[in-house]
Amino acid sequence: MRSRGVGGGPGGATPQELARAHPEPAFTVTVDGREIDALPGQTVAAVLWTAGITSWRGTRGSGAPRGVFCGIGVCFDCLITVNDRPNQRACLVPAHPGDTIRAQEGTGHDDLVHDDADHD
Amino acid sequence: MTTSSTTTPTMTRADLAVIGAGPAGLAAALTAADRGVRVVLLDAGAQAGGQFYRQPAAGLGARRPQALHHAWGTWEALRDRVATHVAAGRITHLADRHVWFVEPEFGEFRFGVHALLGPDQQASETVTADGVLLATGGYEKVLPFPGWTLPGVVAAGGAQAMLKGGLVLPGRTVVVAGTGPLLMPVAAGLAAAGAEVVAYVESVRPAGFVRHAATLAAHPGKVVEAAGYAAQLLRHKVPVLVRHAVVAAHGTDRVEAVTVAALDTAGRVRPGTERRIACDTLAVGHGMLAHTDLAESLGCTIDDTGDPFVVTDAEQRTDVDGVWAAGEATGIGGAVLALAEGEIAGYSIAARLKGVHLQGVEARPADWAAAARTRSRLRHFSAALATAYAPPAHWAEQVTDDTVVCRCEEVPAGAIRTATAELGATDLRTVKLLTRAGMGWCQGRICAPGVSGVAGCPPGPAKRPFARPVPLEVLAREPEGP
Repeated sequence: MRSRGVGGGPGGATPQELARAHPEPAFTVTVDGREIDALPGQTVAAVLWTAGITSWRGTRGSGAPRGVFCGIGVCFDCLITVNDRPNQRACLVPAHPGDTIRAQEGTGHDDLVHDDADHD
Repeated sequence: MTTSSTTTPTMTRADLAVIGAGPAGLAAALTAADRGVRVVLLDAGAQAGGQFYRQPAAGLGARRPQALHHAWGTWEALRDRVATHVAAGRITHLADRHVWFVEPEFGEFRFGVHALLGPDQQASETVTADGVLLATGGYEKVLPFPGWTLPGVVAAGGAQAMLKGGLVLPGRTVVVAGTGPLLMPVAAGLAAAGAEVVAYVESVRPAGFVRHAATLAAHPGKVVEAAGYAAQLLRHKVPVLVRHAVVAAHGTDRVEAVTVAALDTAGRVRPGTERRIACDTLAVGHGMLAHTDLAESLGCTIDDTGDPFVVTDAEQRTDVDGVWAAGEATGIGGAVLALAEGEIAGYSIAARLKGVHLQGVEARPADWAAAARTRSRLRHFSAALATAYAPPAHWAEQVTDDTVVCRCEEVPAGAIRTATAELGATDLRTVKLLTRAGMGWCQGRICAPGVSGVAGCPPGPAKRPFARPVPLEVLAREPEGP
C-alpha cells in the first residue's frame, strides 16, 4: 500500500471538527503489518483514508492499483482482505479492534497460504 | 446433532416489506404504519437515512452532523416518527440487510424477501410479506475518461458518502468535475470539511439554464438552495469553470493532476484549451442512475428508453400486483420528490394491501393530494434538470482506445470498438459476450453507460437474476416457502 498524509485542510477545519465529533476511544488495526489507528464505527476504507492510504488492490488482469470508487458498495473496486477473508468491500465493512487488513492482489485467494480449508 | 433450526434461515412476517430506508422508504413505511400496516423495513445501511441522510457512525460521536447535511429538520422529524413506530412494534427496522431477491409466491405468502446479513454477507434471512415497496434508491453515473481508474478518482457522491458516514476526506487538493446538481453540494461539503477545492468543473453551459428559467422560477426553494451552495463555493474561493470538462486524469499510483479543457457549443473539446491542474483527488459524476434490479427480476415494467427506471402509476404501483415503487428507483428526482412518492405509496398500500391484519382502509386520493402536487411539480423540475445537465454530447470521443471502460474486467475502449466495428455487435449483450464488458463483480452497474456510449448501442435491459453477489452456500441453504 502506498501512503500519503491526509490531515486538516488549508482552512484548518477537519471533517471531525466540522461535525463536532467526540469519538469513542481509538483502537488499532494492522494494515499490511503496520499498526494504524481506527475510530469506532468507521469503515475499513475510512480508516485507510485517514491514514493517507488510497489504494489497496491490484487488479486481476494488469495488477493496476485500485481503491474506493463509488463509496457506497456498488462498484466492488475497493475489495480488500480482512482477517484472511478476501473480497470484502472496504467501503462497507466496519473496522474492529485487532483486525488484520491486507492489500489484495488479483482474486485475493493466491496470497492466502495459511490454511487452504479456510478458503471461501 | 445439528437441528434444522440452525441451518434454516430466520423468517420474519410482515404485511409490508419496505426495501430501502432512505427518504422514499421511510415516508412510505411511516404513512402505512400510521394506518395500521405492520411494516418490516430492510436496509443495507447500519442506520436509516439512505444516501441522502447518511449518518456519521454512532461511535464517532458527531454532535453537529447537520453541518454535513441539507434539510436536517426534515430528517429529525422522520427519525423521531420512525422511533415511535419502532417502539410501538408497528415498524421493525432490519439494518445491515442487503436484499438480493424478492421471490413471488413464496409458499403460502405472496412474497419472500431474501436479504444477506451484512457486513459479512455469509448468511441470508427471509421476510415474508403481502406487499413490497421498492425504495432502492440510486447511485452515481460516471462516464469513462483516460485515467479514471486511478486511485484518488472517486465518484462525487462516494466522496460525499465517505465524508458523511466516516468523517474522512480522500485527499487535500480536490477537483470536482462532471455535470449535474449533485456536484455543487459535494464541492461545498468537501470545502467546508477542509479540502482545498482547486477547481469546480461543470460541462453545462450557463445558457442551458436560461432556457429553463421559467421552471427554475417556479421552484424558488431550489434556487435558494443552489444559491446557498454557490455562496459557499465563493466563500471558499473555489475557482468555477463552466462549459469545461476533465478530459484525463494523470498519475501512476494515484491521481496527481487532471487535464481540463473548454467545450464548444456542440459539446466537443476546443483544441488548444487543455490545461493541467495538480490535485490528489478528482471527485467526478455525470448524474444518477436508479437501482432497478429487484423490480426487473419481479417482472415490473422498466422504462429503458433513456436511463432505466421502474414504471409506476398515480398511486406508485408497479404493474406487478402487490409491488409498489417510490423514490429514485422510479426516476431520479431527489429527496423531496422521494418523500412525496413514498407518502403516496404508503396511502395506497394501506388501502389496497390485502392481508390478515389489515382492516381495509379506503383509498382516498384526497389524502395524498398535497403530495401528488409536490410530485407533479418536482417531476417537471427534474425533467428540466436532466435536460439541462446532460453530459457533453461527444464525451465518447475523448475515450482513447487504451482507456479501461469496464473497471471490473479491465476491458479497454479499443476492444469494445472492435466488437462493434469489426465483429458486428449492435447491442450491449453481444458486446459483453465478445469482450466481457459488464461481466464482473458490479455486473455492469458502473460501466453500462460508458460501454453504451463507446459502443454506440442503447443500454437496454440489464437482466440480473439477483441484485447482488450471493455466496453459493446461501443459495444451497435457501428454503422453499413454508
